[in-house]
Amino acid sequence: MIRRIGVLALALAAAALAAFATGASAQTVKVGVVLPYSGIGAEFAQQVDRGMKIFMQLHPGAFGSYKIELVKRDSKNPSGAPAKTAVQELITQDKVDILTGFIFSPDAIASAPLVTEANKPMIIMNAGTAWITDLSPDIARVSFSMWHAGFAMGQTAAKMLHAKTAVVGYTDYPPGKDSLEAFKHGFEANGGKVIDAIPMGSPAKVPDFTPFFQRVKDEKPDVFFVFVPAGDHAVAVAKTYAALGMKQAGIKLIGPGDITQDTELQKMGDDAVGLITVHHYNADLDNPANKRFVAAWKKEYGADSTPDFMAVQGYDGMAAIAHVVTSLKGKIDGTSAMKALEGWKFDSPQGPIMIDPATRDIVMNEYVSELEKKDGRMVQKNIGVIKAVKDMCKELKVGRCK
Amino acid sequence: MTSPLPAAEALARRHRLRWWEALPWAAAMAAYFVFPTYLAFGTQVLVTVLFVLSLDLVLGYAGIVTLGHAAFFGAGAYTVGLLAQHAGWNEPLSGLAAAAVVAGLLGLASGFVVLRTQGLTLLMLTLCTMALLEESANMGAAWTGGFDGLPDLQFKPLLGLFRFEQLSYRPQYFYALAVLFACFVLVRTLVHSPFGQSLTGIRENLLRMHAVGAPVHRRLVTAYAISAALAGVAGGLFTQCNAYVNLAVLGLDRAAGALIILILGGYGRLYGAFVGAVAYMVLEHVLARAYPTAWQLGIGLLLMAVALYARNGILGLAASLARRASGSRRA
Amino acid sequence: MDLANVLGILLGGLASGMVLFIVSVGLSITMGLMGFVNLAHGGFAMLGGYVVALSMRSLGVPFVPALAIAFVAVAALSVVLERLFYARLYRAGELDQVLFTIGLIFVMISAVTLAVGPEAQTLRLPEWLRGQTDLGFMRYRSYSLALIAAGSALVVVLWLGFERTRIGAQIRAAVDNRRMAESIGVNVARLFTLTFALGSGLAAVGGGLGAEILGLDPQYPLRYLVYFLIVVSVGGLGRVTGVFFAALLIGVLDFVLKIRFPQGGTLFIYALTLGLLLWRPQGLFGKRA
Repeated sequence: MIRRIGVLALALAAAALAAFATGASAQTVKVGVVLPYSGIGAEFAQQVDRGMKIFMQLHPGAFGSYKIELVKRDSKNPSGAPAKTAVQELITQDKVDILTGFIFSPDAIASAPLVTEANKPMIIMNAGTAWITDLSPDIARVSFSMWHAGFAMGQTAAKMLHAKTAVVGYTDYPPGKDSLEAFKHGFEANGGKVIDAIPMGSPAKVPDFTPFFQRVKDEKPDVFFVFVPAGDHAVAVAKTYAALGMKQAGIKLIGPGDITQDTELQKMGDDAVGLITVHHYNADLDNPANKRFVAAWKKEYGADSTPDFMAVQGYDGMAAIAHVVTSLKGKIDGTSAMKALEGWKFDSPQGPIMIDPATRDIVMNEYVSELEKKDGRMVQKNIGVIKAVKDMCKELKVGRCK
Repeated sequence: MTSPLPAAEALARRHRLRWWEALPWAAAMAAYFVFPTYLAFGTQVLVTVLFVLSLDLVLGYAGIVTLGHAAFFGAGAYTVGLLAQHAGWNEPLSGLAAAAVVAGLLGLASGFVVLRTQGLTLLMLTLCTMALLEESANMGAAWTGGFDGLPDLQFKPLLGLFRFEQLSYRPQYFYALAVLFACFVLVRTLVHSPFGQSLTGIRENLLRMHAVGAPVHRRLVTAYAISAALAGVAGGLFTQCNAYVNLAVLGLDRAAGALIILILGGYGRLYGAFVGAVAYMVLEHVLARAYPTAWQLGIGLLLMAVALYARNGILGLAASLARRASGSRRA
Repeated sequence: MDLANVLGILLGGLASGMVLFIVSVGLSITMGLMGFVNLAHGGFAMLGGYVVALSMRSLGVPFVPALAIAFVAVAALSVVLERLFYARLYRAGELDQVLFTIGLIFVMISAVTLAVGPEAQTLRLPEWLRGQTDLGFMRYRSYSLALIAAGSALVVVLWLGFERTRIGAQIRAAVDNRRMAESIGVNVARLFTLTFALGSGLAAVGGGLGAEILGLDPQYPLRYLVYFLIVVSVGGLGRVTGVFFAALLIGVLDFVLKIRFPQGGTLFIYALTLGLLLWRPQGLFGKRA
């Protein structure tokens, strides 16, 4: 009789413990997502948002027994203030554990002091100004700095394309200027010379590129490095390049992958064939993770739709969040999250990525691609890869980068 | 027996405080206690109210339709930012004073030139002035930070006692409220003074004002300069409270936004800025949280409805309803 | 710099000026004739562009017929809007008109974003517009040449319409002095609707025609609003020839300055407008007030 009671008591205790354990580990982790769902960044927000969703679809177990609740806030215009207000409310009202998103650099820059004071981790899914990660010890970035592609492109232009002279055309705002600096450093460190740098209008509207490109055509450089923001700027660049017959004049058009964003590729048509770009991602990359990613994307959003670098950044961001959540067992704060991410490696659709322990910025491959036409479609042909590229701005401590 | 000076009496009567004028301030104080986690948003609202109030001075009272008022907001914002970043001058109150002076001088200079025109021409001139300023700030990105702005600005504690808090925004809220109050007292006194009356005269009937020999251009430029200084204070407040400034302070978005808010609230009524800013920003905030991608539709429909059915904004609607109510009572 | 280069620059400037003209002429006429500040004008251009893009893509309609469809569709929509809403605001102050039209822009932007999506749209130009045309002494971008031809044809047609037809005379009369025109029996209300439809239809065509240069996405109306206003104010309200020459001037100068001084950015255009308007507040071709 006593033994039976004993067994029953033990069983009850075990059941209680089990219930308690499952109750305790069915915890919710709140993630604040700050993206420009309306206004000029809306299409980028859509790509990042979709990338996040695909990750959660393909890796339902990535978060262990933790439930992820995404609290989405519109950062509206890139003035920094709406983003900062949103972050403040996410932290103080919604009590989120992690902050992510941030397409525009001003949004991340304005919000940096908040995450430092609140000791919450900020995982940046786009904002590309190089020194952003220096602004707070609680910021990690899975996307890129303008220097990743810019410097690599400069190296490639000198070493692979054997160019001696270059003209740089860039949209007149910090990412454009960063890109110029990065390219110049990479190019001139390898024997090249930048003979002219042309600011080409503002990011707010697509200018008619013809006068700028005409000027370049007259200067006859070996390569013409162009940085414009992703989106319709890039299409206009390709069209103007073709319309002015610059390829025939012997001027190669090169640039970071922003100018061959996968969502815009098919719109460029034959004008863009031969374009050489360097970027951390394009949808045609040949690795198993990417094949799965693109397939899942097309199944969810339509065969005509395509992921791009923004989408993969959303994907990688969620992977980073999953790592933070599971390794910290739901007890998340800024300092420990950054520790967990130091040296974190992941097999992303863009290849192997790692978070640099020294800078909390991303280390990833940069792929050199040439645009060609195959079976009536524009595809990126891989012609080279530079492995494990760091942010050279912080490596070389240029300007504001520390 | 009627007063010997009925006009003077009427004028003096306007200065008197009415009981409901305490309401906005009571509400702002109450908000501090009722919505303690919304103080960052609240501070943005207060800064906007001040900016829109300055716009009301030129538009509602002097009748100058401008789409370029953000030039002065931005001038003030950048004055504070540049002083803090490059000259190490980060005491808040003196920073605001500097902002007011810079913006006021800018208003004086540009007003002197452009206020000789009217209508669409004046509108375009104000717009171009603002756009020129924005372009210059972009070109001077080495100093201003351009699109990325000036990060991580630090400010000395207010009055040596209250350090600005990034997360709770508590001191910033009170600071903004106090500055708004002081500026409001100034504006209220101004519009009820003979100077303010002459502005209304200029707005209502320009020819007659010329005919009675009023120095029209001088009055307009003065009003413009004062308004610019106030807008500059609002801009300086923005930079200090947010510890950040970028090109958007000089953008058409901000100028047009202020115009919309003023028209929505009701221009020329002194409190239109309060009503409009609270109504617009709260609605936008609530809608954007519920529908991050579609909230603009709701706001757009609201603006169209107000324009069609509420002449002279919310306050105008309230006034006509009040008139109808008292009229029907009498009948 | 050789002749071909100079000519190339001139043609490039003319082409972008033409797009500005085609879109803005409607705004000038409505503002001059109706005294109505229609800031939503760019919205009609955007809608026109979307109609062209979508009918080409989904219905397989060729480029030129698509432009015609855009004209009719947007003109029809504008008539509906005018009768329902705009007409109520004719007597209202300009500020209420500003409020209404900005609200309308927001509605248009979000409607397009929700219906089609936030991405930019591209038009595939027909074969005969792509590539370059041989002019004998030089080759130039066919599309730009087509724009110049279209714009020139339009200004001639409009000029003839205003100067040589009865309706044109009525419109000019109503622009100059509405009361007098009404008192001699001109049906000004019907004239308003007609001109509004015409102006919006032209904006729609401009939106589709110019999509290659100006792009096409939901933010279009706000982005280009300032440029349209500049062209209209510099040209002088209600003057077709004024808008034409102002648009060309802005287009060419913008082009030239970008080649010579790209660092100046848009600074020059604003400085130029400032200077021009201070010198001649009524615009280059406007009536002195």
